[in-house]
Amino acid sequence: MEMTRLDFLKKAWRTGLVLFGGASFEVVSGSALLAADGKPSGRRMAMAIDIRACVKDAGCVKCISACHRGHNVPVIPDAKRAITWIWKDTIDRAMPGVLDPYSGADLRGANTLLLCNQCANPPCVRVCPTGATWKREDGIVMMDQHRCIGCRYCMAACPYGSRSFNWGDPRRYLDKGSVARDYPTRTKGTVEKCEFCAERVDRGLGPLCAGACAEKAILFGDLNAPGSAVRKALAGRIALRRKPELGTDPSVYYLL
Amino acid sequence: MIEKVFHGSRRYWLLLLVLGALIATGIFFYLRQTSEGLAVTGMSRSVSWGLYIAQFTFFVGVAASAVTVVLPYYLHDYKAFGKITILGEFLAVSSVIMCLLFIFVDLGQPFRILHVILYPSPTSPMFWDTVVLFIYLVLNLVIGWTVLTAEYRGTPPPSWVKPLIILSIPWAISIHTVTAFLYAGLPGRHLWLSAITAARFLASAFSSGPALLIILCRVARRYTDFDPGEKPERALGLIITYAFSAHIFFILLEVFTAFYSGIPSHRASLERLFWGWGDPASLTPFMWLSMMLAAAALFLLYTPARRRDAGLLIASIAVFASVWIEKGLGFVVGGFNPDPMEYVPAYRPTVPESFITAGVWATGLYILALLFKITAAVRARSSE
Repeated sequence: MEMTRLDFLKKAWRTGLVLFGGASFEVVSGSALLAADGKPSGRRMAMAIDIRACVKDAGCVKCISACHRGHNVPVIPDAKRAITWIWKDTIDRAMPGVLDPYSGADLRGANTLLLCNQCANPPCVRVCPTGATWKREDGIVMMDQHRCIGCRYCMAACPYGSRSFNWGDPRRYLDKGSVARDYPTRTKGTVEKCEFCAERVDRGLGPLCAGACAEKAILFGDLNAPGSAVRKALAGRIALRRKPELGTDPSVYYLL
Repeated sequence: MIEKVFHGSRRYWLLLLVLGALIATGIFFYLRQTSEGLAVTGMSRSVSWGLYIAQFTFFVGVAASAVTVVLPYYLHDYKAFGKITILGEFLAVSSVIMCLLFIFVDLGQPFRILHVILYPSPTSPMFWDTVVLFIYLVLNLVIGWTVLTAEYRGTPPPSWVKPLIILSIPWAISIHTVTAFLYAGLPGRHLWLSAITAARFLASAFSSGPALLIILCRVARRYTDFDPGEKPERALGLIITYAFSAHIFFILLEVFTAFYSGIPSHRASLERLFWGWGDPASLTPFMWLSMMLAAAALFLLYTPARRRDAGLLIASIAVFASVWIEKGLGFVVGGFNPDPMEYVPAYRPTVPESFITAGVWATGLYILALLFKITAAVRARSSE
């Protein structure tokens, strides 16, 4: 990472400001938080997962394969050390305490999709000591693989278990023949996660998982645009988000 | 003054040799960790911090506890601590070095550690912790060394050192408060998300730190010419009594709020830690060992006749071990159990992880041995 003299002076000034005044700390962090959940300016990318459409084919992993193959996510046999950008688990585990024993019998024990929530107020970004994970203008939470020091503070901070760490060398678990040429592979010792296919969003495309779903259960779009697919779906249905009481303001919605 | 480290008894050289061997073993396993990655440890997706970060947390407490001798001596003019203040400061020096090493060995990309300074992130408690710990290290090294040099020359310490000493008092509180903020501000980790986490840390620090200091004083009395005397030990015993009582009280407060409120997420970690019997992955036997040690220590500490000699030493060992288990393992690992998806994964330190931890310990003790050796030699000379 190149750093010009001007950049350095700016950083030094900012740090000095913060170091030598509690009041200025308030100003700096306060404005950063405001920008995170304040008035929407521009786009905010969001996803709506149609739980009922998704459960139609319980064994389907098309979205997961498309994502993991397209992003060179290694297939690690040891589940404790697995790398997962998008995966399946029960609704009860995704949203503990939401289901009761009586309502929605068809959803009890059923799986849904889990991925990074792209929070508007992401705890992972707040705690990162190097700025290796940050939030784009359009709300997508990104990872800089070259800046990450592998302290895993973001993993402790994420209340959704959405972050994966490369405990060993991930390239050992990649099938050499089918490595995607248009996406980087990673090294050991850094954290990674779903980035809402930011590289595709920038080209005006939707995420790989959404495109791979035959049931059209994954809707993607701009939450701030009233005409977007996500907004239309949300307007007509009841939707849940994971652990909304924590104030993270997730951008992934689960349509009931 | 520094040449004192080169003159010592056979026992002194043997100690350095053993510690050196442990350091070498630690380095050997660390090299393996660097080439294979943190996969050589017992950590996982769910328990993403383990022994390294837990030990880091524990030793920030030991480092901060220097304030329990510095404050009474310099602010309240409590003369009895005059002999051990420098020992407290040097204990802080070696503890902070251990803390920084524990952070270093825990990193997936250790050689990028300077990114913390290159890309300062004021919203991250970890950034602040690095900053305050480093300054605390410098403060204690400068203060301890300057005061000892003055003693060596038979002159009073220079006047500029006094403001630094006064500064080191709130600074000690700050390092452990910031360490607590690493945990206490995380949404969804209910064992940590508590307003009294910092208070708990300080109470456990001000009991385990002085306990270690008493153990070290006993070692010094037995194996060196330097005898700190009984009076400072008894005063330390009193500090331990109250700080350790507060520590146990704080744990009980956590238990009350979690269980009386009945909120499942608040109960889950404590239930798993203390009532996870029968689950091979739980830390329950260790937690109850910690509590039994605590009960024994409190019994000894509250019986005046036992507050000296063997009784005090046993109580100190029990306090140190009790806090070491509760804070140096249970608190950090327990916070990850259950994980955000309510799985309760197992965590057990592996062999490489344990030897790397032992290597960091040995490094701390090595530095401590050198600093104490210099102090003892200077003291022995000045008492001639």
